[in-house]
Amino acid sequence: MVIYGVALLAGCFLGGMFLGDVLGVALGVQANVGGVGIAMLFLILISDALIKRGRLKPVTRDGVVFWSAIYIPVIVAMAARQNVVAALDGGLMAFLAGALAVLASFLLVRVISRIGGMGEPLPPLEDEG
Amino acid sequence: MSVLDSLSNVLVANGLVTAFAFVGIVIWLSYLVSNKLTGGRIHGSAIAILAGLVLAWAGGVVTGGSAGLADVSVLTGVGVMGGGMLRDFTIVATAFGVNFDEIRRAGASAGISLVAGVLGSFVVGALVAYAFGYTDAVSITTIGAGAATYIVGPVTGSAIGASSDVIALSIAAGLVKSMMVMTGTPFVAKAVGLNNAKSAMVFGGLMGTTSGVAGGLAATDKRLVPYGAMTATFYTGLGCLLGPSVLYFTVRALVG
Repeated sequence: MVIYGVALLAGCFLGGMFLGDVLGVALGVQANVGGVGIAMLFLILISDALIKRGRLKPVTRDGVVFWSAIYIPVIVAMAARQNVVAALDGGLMAFLAGALAVLASFLLVRVISRIGGMGEPLPPLEDEG
Repeated sequence: MSVLDSLSNVLVANGLVTAFAFVGIVIWLSYLVSNKLTGGRIHGSAIAILAGLVLAWAGGVVTGGSAGLADVSVLTGVGVMGGGMLRDFTIVATAFGVNFDEIRRAGASAGISLVAGVLGSFVVGALVAYAFGYTDAVSITTIGAGAATYIVGPVTGSAIGASSDVIALSIAAGLVKSMMVMTGTPFVAKAVGLNNAKSAMVFGGLMGTTSGVAGGLAATDKRLVPYGAMTATFYTGLGCLLGPSVLYFTVRALVG
C-alpha cells in the first residue's frame, strides 16, 4: 500500500527531527542540529534493510518516490515565498557580505573535495519528466 | 457577487491545491522558456527557481509583506507548499535510493567542509562589516553570522544583544547568500567540479543554506540534492553553536 511508504518516510522524518532537536538542546543551541540529515540516514538505512529482505514492495516505494519527485516544485514554491524585497533592501553591505561569502565558498569546493581523492562523476543524465 | 468573486473564494479556500496548480503552470512555462529560448542550455528548474524569486519580489512589492508571493491572498497556499515542513519532508524523500557507501566515503571531507564553511563565510561577512565602518564586536559578529545563514545571524545577534537594525542586516546578508546559491550554482557547477556525490556533500557543508543548496543543486543535477542537503542541515546548528560563543569571543578579543 502506498501509505506504508508515506508513513515510513514520515516516521524517518519525525525521528530525525526529534533527534536533531534533542541534539540542539544538548548543545545549548537554539536550532535543530542536522534533523533532516539524520532523517535521511534513517531512510537510507531502513529502506536498504527492507529491500534486502524483500519487504519493500514497489507500491510501497511509490509512496516515497512521489514525494522525492515533488521536491523541485516545492523548491520553486519555496523560492516564491522568500523575502526578496528585504534582501535587496539590505543595501550594498548586506549584498557584499552575502555575495562574497558565496564566492569564497565556491572557491573552496574544489579544494576540500580533493581531500582523500576526488569522487567518481555521476553518469550522464537522461532528461527527466 | 460576481463570477470573479466566486473564483477567488474557491482559490483562497483551497490554498494548497491552488498552489499545486500555480506552481505547475510556472514550471511548465519555465521548461518552455528553457527549451525554446535557451535551447535547453539553462535548465528548466533553474529558470523556474529564478521565476519564483522574481514572483516573490513582485509579491513583496505589491503587498509590503515578508513572505513574497505567499502574501497575495489567492496564493497563500504557495507559503504552505514552500514552507519548512514540506521542504524538509521532500528533501528527506530524495535520500531514498542513495548509496550509503558514498556518504561514508565523503565523511571526513564533509565534516571539514562544515567547519570551513561556517568560518569562511563568517570571516568574509565580518570583514565586510568592518570595511563598512562597524567597529563593535557585537555588530561585526552578528553580520558575520548572517553571512553564514539567515538563521545563524539573528540567533547569534539576539544571544549577544545586537540592535534590531543590525539583526535585519544580518538576515538580509543571509538572504542574499541563499538566493545567489540558488541561482548561481548551475553556472559554476562545472568549474568547481560539482558532478559527484562527494563534491556535492562538500558543497552542502560549505554553503550551509538549506534553501540555497536545495535549489542550486536541483537546478544543476537533481541526483546531487540528497548529498548536498544532508551536510547542509548540520551547518545552521554548527553556526548557532559557534556564533555567539567562540566566534564572538574571538572578534571581541580582536577589536576590543
